[in-house]
Amino acid sequence: MPLIMSIYYVISIFLIGMLIWNFLIEKKSVNDMLLYLIVAAPLVLRVLRIK
Amino acid sequence: MSREWKIKSVLLVIVIVVMVVAGFQLYAHRHYMVPIVAGPGVTKVVKLSKYCDGLKGTAADTNVFFLEGKEEGGKMLVIANTHSNEPAAGLSAFVFVENAIVDKGTLIVIPQFNNSGGRNTRAGDGYPLYFEIPTDWGNKKFRMGNRDASPLDQWPDPDAYIHYPDKQLLSYLDIRNTNRTWPGRPDGSLMEKVTYAAMQILREEKVDMALDMHGAETMFPVTNCIVAPDKSMKIAVLTSLTVKAKEKFANHVEPSPLGFRGLSHREIGDYSDTLPFLVEAPMPFLDQPTGPKTTKLLLDGKDPFLLSLSQKGRLFVPYDEEGWPMDKRVGQHCSVALELINQFSKRNPDRAMEIHNIPKYAEVVENGIGHYYHDPGKADKAAMYYE
Repeated sequence: MPLIMSIYYVISIFLIGMLIWNFLIEKKSVNDMLLYLIVAAPLVLRVLRIK
Repeated sequence: MSREWKIKSVLLVIVIVVMVVAGFQLYAHRHYMVPIVAGPGVTKVVKLSKYCDGLKGTAADTNVFFLEGKEEGGKMLVIANTHSNEPAAGLSAFVFVENAIVDKGTLIVIPQFNNSGGRNTRAGDGYPLYFEIPTDWGNKKFRMGNRDASPLDQWPDPDAYIHYPDKQLLSYLDIRNTNRTWPGRPDGSLMEKVTYAAMQILREEKVDMALDMHGAETMFPVTNCIVAPDKSMKIAVLTSLTVKAKEKFANHVEPSPLGFRGLSHREIGDYSDTLPFLVEAPMPFLDQPTGPKTTKLLLDGKDPFLLSLSQKGRLFVPYDEEGWPMDKRVGQHCSVALELINQFSKRNPDRAMEIHNIPKYAEVVENGIGHYYHDPGKADKAAMYYE
C-alpha cells in the first residue's frame, strides 16, 4: 500500500474517532447526532475496505 | 436508559439499516455481470492486462475482443464505455462483438474500457443502477455506470491532478477519468495503467485507427460530432460529409484542442502512429436542466425542459417531441465507425479493411438495438463472456 494511501486511512480513522466522540458528547441536538453518523458512514466503509 | 441514549440508539439503528440496505444494492450492482455473446467474427479474446501487468487482478482489467479477417489489412481499435454513464457506446460495442464479420484487416473492440467506472454510480445525481433493452428474446439488462472509476479501486484523489507527461494541472476528479489519463504510464495510477495498456495495443498491434465512443449533453457544443486532431481531420471531414449526404444525419467535426491534455483524440495522435477519432452522440440524460434521471429519459431522451430550451434555440442539436432515442445514438455510432473504415480504406488501399454485418443508422433505428443482441441462454458456452 502506498505511503499516501496509508496516511489517508489514518486520517479516516482519526475522523471517525472525532465524529463518534462528538456523537457521544452531544446532549441535545438530534439533528447534529444524525449528521455525525451520516458523515461517519463513508469513512467507516472506507476503513473496512468493503467493495 | 435516559432519553438521550434512547434517541442515540434509534439514530444508530436507522443509519446502520440504511447503510446495509444501500450497501447490498451497490454491492450487487458492482458485481453484476452483463453477458456478451461473441459472434462468429471473434477470433480471440484477451485481457487488457496482457498489455500492462499492473492491471492483473484489479477491477480495471477488462476484455479485449479481436475480430481478425482471413485477409491481412488495416486495424482499428474501438473503445467503448470510457465513460460508462454514456451507454450508447457500450451498446454499440456489443453490436460489433456479437455481429461483425471481418473479411479483411482486424477490428479490436474493448466494450468496457473503464471497467471500474462501469461498476460505479453517481449517487448525488440519482442515477438508475440498471437499464434494460428490449430484444427479440426478452429484455437484456445492463449496468448504468459512472464517468469516473470507483474510488474503491483508485483512492485517494489528489488535490490537483498533474497530467503525465505534460504536467498540466487538471481537476482532481479527472485522475479517475480514462479520457484524461492518456497516454498513461505502467507505474502510474490505475487509470493511467488502463490507458497505457490501450496505447500498448496501438503500438504492438500496429493499429491504424482508434475510435473512442461517447455521449454528450445537448447543451454542450461538443456534441453530435467527430473530434479529430489534424492528422485525422481529412478522414473525419469526409466521414461527416458522407453520412450527412447518404444517411441523412448530421455529425459535424470538432478539432482536437492542442492545449488540453489527457484526451484520447489528443494523446493517441501525439504518442503513436494511430489516427484517433472520438465520436459524441447527443445524450439528453446528461443535461443538467432535465426532469428526474430515469431509465425512460436515458433510453428515449425525451424531456419537456429540453424541449422548451430547444424552442428558445439554446441547444446545440435539433430537438423535438421525439427526443433523442438510444437507437438513433447507437445507429450513429455504427454508421460513423463503418464510414471511417470506408474512408481510411479508400486512402490506404494497402491497409484497407472490409467488414460486414454491422447495421447502419437506418437499420438500427428501424429494428431497434435489441434486434442485434443474441440470446445468452441459447448461445454456445464457449462464446460467452461477461462484462
